[in-house]
Amino acid sequence: MNRCVERLYNGIIKENPTFVLMLGMCPTLAVTSSLVNGFGMGMTTMVVLTASNAIIALLRNIIPDKVRMPAFIVIVASFVTIVQFMLQAYLPSLNSALGIYIPLIVVNCIILGRAEAYASKNPVLPSVFDGIGMGLGFTLGLSCLGLVRELIGSGTVASFRLIPEDYCIKIIGLAPGAFFVLAGLVAIQNKIRISHGKKPKEMKCCSDCSGCSLECGERKEEAKNLDLVKEEA
Amino acid sequence: MKEVLIIGITAALVNNVVLSQFLGLCPFLGVSKKVKTAGGMGAAVIFVITLSSLLTGLIYKFILVPTDMTYLNTIVFILVIAALVQFVEMVLKKISPSLYEALGVYLPLITTNCAVLGVALLNVQNSYGILEGVVNGLGTSVGFTVAIVIMAGIREKTEYNDYSPALKGMPMVLITAGLMAIAFSGFSGLL
Repeated sequence: MNRCVERLYNGIIKENPTFVLMLGMCPTLAVTSSLVNGFGMGMTTMVVLTASNAIIALLRNIIPDKVRMPAFIVIVASFVTIVQFMLQAYLPSLNSALGIYIPLIVVNCIILGRAEAYASKNPVLPSVFDGIGMGLGFTLGLSCLGLVRELIGSGTVASFRLIPEDYCIKIIGLAPGAFFVLAGLVAIQNKIRISHGKKPKEMKCCSDCSGCSLECGERKEEAKNLDLVKEEA
Repeated sequence: MKEVLIIGITAALVNNVVLSQFLGLCPFLGVSKKVKTAGGMGAAVIFVITLSSLLTGLIYKFILVPTDMTYLNTIVFILVIAALVQFVEMVLKKISPSLYEALGVYLPLITTNCAVLGVALLNVQNSYGILEGVVNGLGTSVGFTVAIVIMAGIREKTEYNDYSPALKGMPMVLITAGLMAIAFSGFSGLL
């Protein structure tokens, strides 16, 4: 049981997908114009993540290693389709607010990342809790962003007015505001890290595969150039 | 013809894929350190998105609609895109090694780029025909390339500037992106 609690703690605090790992940036910025949308997106992602983690953990010994990626994608895509239909039937307003970003959960790097890093190597129960933990962490991140943007951008919290309309900064609720608010949150985190004597956060990218391989290539090139300069000297 | 042109310009500038729709942010933030790599990524994205919007449009119109299986579009599209990227990589390696040399590194990264699936799904959602879908794909990917190259240019200039260490890296990139989004919102008066 301890292991399950540890997975929850790991997902929500230690490896929070939004604030620590910085994964799944597209939905993070796109749907957080209000608290309700951010929370809904987080919950939807959590359902898909938990279900796909459970199935992948169940099938982990059956799926051949070579075709695991396509197999994971099919499993995730099936759950996304199911969840999309559920939303259409029971929460049509949330479905129309999130729109295209619901089917795009398929390419959310958190889900494939967890499948690859955890569910494909561990038994079902811890994988389920890993999914719940990561999902809650993602929901927390999206809700925070949504809360800040809704409060500053339209002066409301979950449609309850706190600031009169004349004093709102509209742009925070629009597309550019998403970038500014996230930049502010990361900068605050960096400030705290620096004052604790840690390094500021490194730029990370989706599921490590995309950004990293390139960045490594760039670094190698730079190293080569340095060597050349040295040799010339 | 005029409508098709409008779709293309809207996709490229007015509804810029990165700055107003937030699709494909990962490569936009991750691969925008140098203008050269950003340009390569942009070229690969133009190639793949245009091709995939043609292919998914054909599959949707001639396979999914007649067999009444349009509800499977997410699953089918993601598999088609993944297979297409693999296929393009193999074909390029065989036919045009110089092009492969230029685009090769970027191709595998594109499967996880949500802009590709996003364009395919938007084409269906807006019930575009095949020509309109391809133009929309082309416009979207050109918009992506414009944004990522501008971003890389700005990052090259500002990398060694003197500003607060808390803003170094990610926050500065995000602020730059926000300012670019404001600039691009000026295009909304274009149409």
